[in-house]
Amino acid sequence: MLDDIDRRLLRQLQAEPTLTAAELGARAGVSALKAARRLGRLQEQGILKGQHAVINWAALGYAVGVSLRITLDKTQTRAFDDFIDAARGIAEVTEIQTFLGRVDVRLSVIARDMAHYQNIYRDQILALPHMADIEALMTVATLHNDESLPL
Amino acid sequence: MMLDDTDRAILAALSRDATQTAAALGGRIGLSQPATWRRIKRLRDDGVLAGQRVSLNAQALGFGVTVFLGVKLATKGRVSLDDFERAVTAIPEVQLVEHVLGLYDYRLRVVARDLADFERVLRRRVMTLPGVGDVEANVLLSEERRPGPI
Repeated sequence: MLDDIDRRLLRQLQAEPTLTAAELGARAGVSALKAARRLGRLQEQGILKGQHAVINWAALGYAVGVSLRITLDKTQTRAFDDFIDAARGIAEVTEIQTFLGRVDVRLSVIARDMAHYQNIYRDQILALPHMADIEALMTVATLHNDESLPL
Repeated sequence: MMLDDTDRAILAALSRDATQTAAALGGRIGLSQPATWRRIKRLRDDGVLAGQRVSLNAQALGFGVTVFLGVKLATKGRVSLDDFERAVTAIPEVQLVEHVLGLYDYRLRVVARDLADFERVLRRRVMTLPGVGDVEANVLLSEERRPGPI
């Protein structure tokens, strides 16, 4: 089980992922050795899964971000599997999420500009199988995105 | 910024694991440590590599529920947007706030311990936000990050 030291270390790590075990320990009020040992254990337990680089797509010329909310035709038993398999084949899809609620699947799609988006939408998105309804939300601005857990 | 195949390989490798050293990464893609380091530095300087994120097992840490909310504001105008944005970004359970165009005005990602905890966040924190109108909730069942066009 997690104790306060683990939680403090993870909180500091979430806030600044590039810190060394010694720096994290100093901020969490434990020795470097203890911090390293705790972080190693959290990794072994699969609680600390790793670190991923964040790519700023806008810097690569992808100025458009759209969230597509899709309802699937659930009379098709393989609707989810077929749809997700096909969506994986679209390079500009950066996230695939499934839901319980009014929406079945959501895709995050990025594009260079509106003309590029229109191409992706017409040629690739609309060709995806078993869609009953599709709704788009265009991202104007991301105001907050840290994906930190409130530990 | 224009990328070549080596840049793409570096970005793909770092999005899988950002903790690897330039030497280890370079070894895997057939590039020397200094050359790899220079490329990573350039990707950073050009803003393509925008930091790194820790990936935690939310379930194991007791956060069993993730909900996406579509929020419509009841009143519009610059003041209400500012008030809403300031208040919503201060909620610890809210991980993502996107201003969107379409059926809703904002898209939020909320984590909670369980559905009862989510209901508490929704009632006490979200529904009491200044200017909040219609709210739609969808509970996340599965999620997959894709590498994107690199």
